[in-house]
Amino acid sequence: MSKMSDFMGWVDHRIPLTATFEKHMSKYYAPKNFNFWYFFGVFAFLMLANQILTGVWLTMSFTPTSEDAFASVEYIMRDVEFGWLIRYMHSTGASFFFIVIYMHMFRGLMYGSYQKPRELIWIFGMFIYVALMAEAFMGYVLPWGQMSYWGAQVIISLFGAIPVVGDELVTWIKGDFLISGITLNRFFALHVIALPLVIVALVFLHIVALHEVGSNNPDGVDIKKYKDEEGRPLDGVPFHPYYTVHDLVGIVVFLFVFCFVLFFWPEGNGYFLEHANFEEANGLKTPAHIAPTWYFGAFYTILRVVPDKLFGVILMAASIAILFVLPWLDRSPVKSWRYKGWISRINLVLFGLFFVLLTWLGTQPATGIYAKLGLISTVVYFAWFITMPFISAKEKTKPVPERVTG
Amino acid sequence: MKTLIALVFALLPALTLASGGGVHLDEMKVDLEDKASLQRGAKYFANYCMGCHSTKFARYNRVARDLGIPEDIMSENLVFSGENIGMLMKIAMRPEDSKKWFGATPPDLTLVARVRGADWIYTYLRSFYEDDSRPYGVNNAVFKDVGMPHVLEGLQGKQVKGCASVVTGFDPLTGRELEEDSCAKTDHDGHPIEVLYLEEEGQLDAKGFDKAVADITNFLVYMAEPMALERRSIGFWVLLFLAILFIPVYYLNREFWRGIH
Repeated sequence: MSKMSDFMGWVDHRIPLTATFEKHMSKYYAPKNFNFWYFFGVFAFLMLANQILTGVWLTMSFTPTSEDAFASVEYIMRDVEFGWLIRYMHSTGASFFFIVIYMHMFRGLMYGSYQKPRELIWIFGMFIYVALMAEAFMGYVLPWGQMSYWGAQVIISLFGAIPVVGDELVTWIKGDFLISGITLNRFFALHVIALPLVIVALVFLHIVALHEVGSNNPDGVDIKKYKDEEGRPLDGVPFHPYYTVHDLVGIVVFLFVFCFVLFFWPEGNGYFLEHANFEEANGLKTPAHIAPTWYFGAFYTILRVVPDKLFGVILMAASIAILFVLPWLDRSPVKSWRYKGWISRINLVLFGLFFVLLTWLGTQPATGIYAKLGLISTVVYFAWFITMPFISAKEKTKPVPERVTG
Repeated sequence: MKTLIALVFALLPALTLASGGGVHLDEMKVDLEDKASLQRGAKYFANYCMGCHSTKFARYNRVARDLGIPEDIMSENLVFSGENIGMLMKIAMRPEDSKKWFGATPPDLTLVARVRGADWIYTYLRSFYEDDSRPYGVNNAVFKDVGMPHVLEGLQGKQVKGCASVVTGFDPLTGRELEEDSCAKTDHDGHPIEVLYLEEEGQLDAKGFDKAVADITNFLVYMAEPMALERRSIGFWVLLFLAILFIPVYYLNREFWRGIH
């Protein structure tokens, strides 16, 4: 005992280990009324760790050249001991990362977690989301299948819509006049080094900002208003051990679902691993139907809604950019949708449903009824943001309780 | 000769064109546990397919091990001369040559089952028919104007496309098959519906040929994901572990939160 505390004392004089642990774990007070939706932050963290660890091992056997990339993935799947497991963990992990992130963001929308004083948490989160999209896009190019190649072709060509510098920019991004081994190699560098560093740094900032102001909760009330004589929030519990053991239950359930897909349904019906991507990239053979991976579906639909390429790109960029200013669009005096007016509540449900529809439409051909639905969903998507300042400022809200409600 | 018309019934769905231009595919029940089927599939594949199609991401000895084929038998019968059993299953045919001969280089088939699906392969291989306008005298109802010749013709026999009597159902009283000329009906564009039927039987009867194609398909499904069985069996234990782990974790959480209201 004394030896251990001597050692900790020695360490603590040199680096604030105990103080940091207390500040962020054992004396970080989190509201005691977290519900199901509050698991997704820790799930996102779990998926990040999964992607980094499996990614390191994949890197050991992957060859980032246009000649050998596809074959090296099959080498991992067939000849590397448990290579298939690591690869499926990574590919399933990518899709689950996005599922988890979307749930996590929707939680923020439901309970107003982006509102004052948590605007920076939301903005850091949005930067993580954008970095994650770039990371996922570049990772998808690496196996060098048909969809890797043609998906990259479509996405990179979007930059060509920018006036004046567009064409030069596209060549600069590709590092070649075509998508080639040079493009693949630089995407590999960005995917395994640059973007993971950015994402980890942003996650750090996301959590530092969160712990500075404290977590929101399903009631959207401030737990720091009522404290006991020692200054501990009455409605808070120390994150450790209460939420570590609580999150552990969630993690086991989550892993069960994750492993079910990983071991029994790794292709996810062609959504997690696309059928066309089991065919090696061929620059001379355009696939009949080019679809992005499902998690980009919503933005791809918005891109395709307008026939003009430049306007489509602007609209798509706007659909992501508008999320950044969300904290200032919501002018409601209350945070949680529990106490907002019924219009806001219905609108949020509709927004969620239409986002799912947009996502699904992105994986389908943009013809006939799909094109019409795409247009309607895009209008709904933007209308939700544009009407929010008026609805949230005007509508009658319910009284917010002083303390959390269980 | 239309003596085998009754058997056309099984092939009819292959010819019914869906409105979207896609072809109806016959369902094929994949069974990776059926080692005998996989071994037959490997044999057919080596004899009829590997002249032109490689499976260059797979190794001979892995196939031998997974399918329970002794290595010496594998070496003698399936491995090309000069190749080592530990090598990748490449072919000697040069892509430049095959492109000249067939109009397109025959694709590598390691992953074809993951690209096309089992039903597609199963239907495709059974849908070749005589067509004198094509360089090799055959066309395919699933893959129109494909460059591939009907390599399995010796097994299947001569299949043609035209009007034939097809079984449309069963008489509810007698249980007898009801037959109708396929051309009595028309498709969406008003053309009479033509079907594939055997004009001349090959080495195998229609049922036997379907079985042979099913074996090849089964083998290609194995080939596309050789660890599929291992994946599922490990998955079972992982899920069982997680289910058991849930119990202590659940009670640990309940114990800690007992005092929090």
